[in-house]
Amino acid sequence: MGRRVVLTAVVALCLGLSGRAYPLERFPPPEFTETQHQIPSPTTPEPRQDLYEYVDAVVLLAALAAASYLVLRKRNRRMVFLLMIASLVYFGFYRKGCVCSIGAIQNATLTLFDSQYAMPITATVFLLAPLLFTLFFGRTFCGAVCPLGAIQDAVVLWPVKVPRPLESSLRLLAYVYLGAGVLFAATGSAFIICRYDPFVSFFRLTGSINMLVLGVSLLVIGMFVGRPYCRFLCPYGVILRQFSRLSRRRVTITPDECIQCRLCEDACPFGAIREPTAPWPDEEYRAGKKRLALLLLAAPLIVAAAAWTGSLLWPQASRAHARVRLAERVYQEDQGDVSDTTDASNAFRATGRPTEELYAEARAVQAQFVLGGWLLGGFIGLVAVAKLLSASIRRKRTDYEADRAGCFACARCYKYCPRQRIQDDGKATVTA
Amino acid sequence: MTEHNDPKTRRSFLRDACGGAFLLSVGGLAGYLGARHRKNDFVWQIDPYICVACGNCATYCVLAESAVKCVHSYPVCGYCRICFGYFGPEPAEINEGAENQLCPTGAIDRKLIEEPYYEYHIDEKLCNGCGKCVKGCNAFGNGSLHLQVRHDRCLNCNECSIAAACPSGAFKRVPADQPYLLKQADRR
Repeated sequence: MGRRVVLTAVVALCLGLSGRAYPLERFPPPEFTETQHQIPSPTTPEPRQDLYEYVDAVVLLAALAAASYLVLRKRNRRMVFLLMIASLVYFGFYRKGCVCSIGAIQNATLTLFDSQYAMPITATVFLLAPLLFTLFFGRTFCGAVCPLGAIQDAVVLWPVKVPRPLESSLRLLAYVYLGAGVLFAATGSAFIICRYDPFVSFFRLTGSINMLVLGVSLLVIGMFVGRPYCRFLCPYGVILRQFSRLSRRRVTITPDECIQCRLCEDACPFGAIREPTAPWPDEEYRAGKKRLALLLLAAPLIVAAAAWTGSLLWPQASRAHARVRLAERVYQEDQGDVSDTTDASNAFRATGRPTEELYAEARAVQAQFVLGGWLLGGFIGLVAVAKLLSASIRRKRTDYEADRAGCFACARCYKYCPRQRIQDDGKATVTA
Repeated sequence: MTEHNDPKTRRSFLRDACGGAFLLSVGGLAGYLGARHRKNDFVWQIDPYICVACGNCATYCVLAESAVKCVHSYPVCGYCRICFGYFGPEPAEINEGAENQLCPTGAIDRKLIEEPYYEYHIDEKLCNGCGKCVKGCNAFGNGSLHLQVRHDRCLNCNECSIAAACPSGAFKRVPADQPYLLKQADRR
């Protein structure tokens, strides 16, 4: 008995060391003639039905419509807040934050650049419906539908005012993030916007320690600086900003006319209320004009410099692509720079493919990153120039207004307006 | 003809023009993405013929208990009495004693069908997708034990953490109408 065990083991060992690629049927499956035993087949539980995904899309459209109605027509913060919490529960905790408009940017990019991939229809709806609603009603998506916005909005405790130049500069981060997200998706490296989604670990109630720390710190910061992710990081937010600038309808602090009472001045925790402007003194106006002219002349230089910097920096990030990482590792091993091997390099060597092929693929990816670096750098340069230009132009404003681009349509400012109070009281007496 | 120089009209015209352009671009993108849309969405899948059973599936999944489990392709199995996916490297005895088993969670059951053939079952409630048995079965057996994404558990994340950590490139997006690639007896 014991000898047979040893014999089988030795035979198996020899077979194992003979190194066939697919070690199938060294031991042919038996035919059960005695017992007529039927060989079972493995179970294959089906994926989540498509139907549920369409439900998500319908819920999204309904939530967007409700948000727009509550913000612009009802002008009621409490109802907007309730809708926001409902969205947080549904899209966040129930659907675990996956299929989201922010991440859908990357799916669209991958669809554009990879002919093998096609975007799910639900993700398309999630990407485009908020854009469309924003074009007509302002950023009501941010205010009451987006679960990432909602979780931050719920923890706003004691918001401090961020100086406008600082806020505008910090927002460059979001443009860089957007560009990086697109570049990484286009090259098929990674979906970094999903990978570094700070709140998804709360929605799933599990996650890596780094992401939990990032999420908790953003929420702690969010107690004092309202919605830090939305304002300074969200890549979808910067797209919505541009759409919101052109929106047909939008949040107006007062329901009818501004009486310049200044009561709403500190109402916005997100620094999106713009005060009336004083007329520009003549000499300042002339100096401003000169600055603007200089800036316009310097603009191509700034963009070119940014593009060049981008072309130097971004190729460093090509290591995010698995093929580049693997090629680098294999090269190091071949050069004897490292003595051990990794799972990845072992798996590559087991395929028997020539290393030159791998190097060529890695070089192709790197070339994409160089081109992407130029474009991305240029894009950041353009954004910086646009920011400088808008800082050098003074717009005429006679009333207190919500900033078209920056307003999240959270409906907080309404209750600060005495005109709103009068209107609400009027309604109350009518119903009473 | 003074209204042509009215800045307000000009500004609102510009705004309308830009708004129209944005609307058109959204429509265009919707049309393009709609045209590219396929009937089947994508799900994650392991190619068991590429998988090296490194163990990352057990640790990198965003779920506390991985969506990847060991799957047993019975038609490929040799029904061996001495199974290297079942027994540890140097078992004290060849029997079902827990100390002899390779699986750290005891997720593999076996039952005697007819002498000397045993059938091996994976208890998915216990399996954590570590792939130890897969390694053993690949090294000394037919390779009928392999890892696969279980779609009743998989959240189908947009960015799969396991795919990002997979060393062999076995973790892929595939059309959802063929979510399972299981080892087949006829494939060599």
